[in-house]
Amino acid sequence: MKRNTLTLGLGLLAWLALGAAWADGGRFDLGGPVYRDECGACHVAYPPQLLPAASWRELMRTLDRHFGADAGLEPQQAAAILDGLVAQARRRPEAAPRGGPVLRITQTAWFRHEHDEVPARLWKGPAVKGAAHCAACHRRAEAGDYGERTLRLPR
Amino acid sequence: MSAKPTIAYLLLPLALGLIVPTARAEAPSDFLARFDQVARAADAGFRGFSAQRGERFFKSRHGADWSCASCHSDNPVAPGRHAVTGKAIGPLAPAANAERFSSARQVEKWFKRNCNDVLERACTAQEKGDVLAYLLTLRK
Ligand code: HEC
Ligand code: HEC
Ligand code: HEC
Repeated sequence: MKRNTLTLGLGLLAWLALGAAWADGGRFDLGGPVYRDECGACHVAYPPQLLPAASWRELMRTLDRHFGADAGLEPQQAAAILDGLVAQARRRPEAAPRGGPVLRITQTAWFRHEHDEVPARLWKGPAVKGAAHCAACHRRAEAGDYGERTLRLPR
Repeated sequence: MSAKPTIAYLLLPLALGLIVPTARAEAPSDFLARFDQVARAADAGFRGFSAQRGERFFKSRHGADWSCASCHSDNPVAPGRHAVTGKAIGPLAPAANAERFSSARQVEKWFKRNCNDVLERACTAQEKGDVLAYLLTLRK
């Protein structure tokens, strides 16, 4: 009886440790509060590490025409946010579609590869409404946590 | 000889008066007063704001795909949802969300963006005042 409890306890500890390690794998530093507030108002603040600097530059240059929405910022504030993004940006450049830098994380080869097992009907369905809505599956995306422990696919 | 210091003392409260309003948190009524001032200056026939007109403006589309209600809901004491991303947006009515209409920077930034998205132009002071008058009639 006692032995069983001990085994159970050790198993639980190992499980917790493993769980923590997995979560660490998918955890991103989102940078300062200004980025989280300004770029997290309409969607989760995306991890800066998931696009190369050229993409962030182009995004920040065209904020007043941002995927069909006006996300315009005052120039000084946009410049400060861009500095933070570039400092953490992905080092490996992304093959550019038709010349310009890729503007969507969801269109990078990395994203497609990482998500190739997600069934197509899920992306389009009402629970997700498009791949850009990370939080529909990554329940703690708002905090930069994309680890497996907080991943839950909607039905 | 004492003219300079006197002027300085006269100017001091004025200078403080200029600094203090921007430093403290603002209330919805401060915005109402400001929109009223601008609306009056723009139109001599201005007769004050109308909550009814504001409600109609808020719930109608103006040529583009969205109305204000598309993201802020038909019932602005309840949370809204971004029309594209689905992200939750806290209620817009001050009665349900004390942070609303408390920062000029926020209010101006979002009116600029959202009016652009909904009307493809800036909102007039009258339109902003009407919407705020409407929001202030709402109770939780
Ligand atoms: C006014 C609302 C709004 C604000 C503010 C905003 N965005 Fe967006 N953003 C959008 C919309 C709408 C989309 C398109 C979402 C979709 O296709 O589902 C988008 C998409 C994106 C995407 C592409 C997502 C993908 O991989 O498909 C990136 C990257 C992005 N935004 C970055 C930013 C950054 C950086 C900021 C801050 C400077 C910002 N956004 C602020 C509305 C906004
Ligand atoms: C439809 C659900 C869904 C959406 C929406 C989604 N993901 Fe994922 N994501 C997954 C699944 C499933 C995995 C794969 C987990 C695995 O195979 O181990 C994954 C894996 C990841 C990983 C790897 C995590 C790790 O453990 O290293 C990252 C990072 C990630 N997603 C980021 C994003 C970002 C950023 C967005 C939004 C732009 C997003 N995801 C949108 C379902 C989704
Ligand atoms: C496409 C979505 C969308 C539409 C359409 C939209 N808004 Fe917004 N609005 C937002 C978001 C996102 C915020 C900021 C999020 C937050 O503060 O919670 C916001 C914030 C605001 C604020 C800031 C209030 C404060 O003090 O915090 C005001 C005022 C506002 N909206 C008015 C309007 C009006 C008026 C319209 C119609 C002309 C409108 N909105 C249409 C998405 C939208």
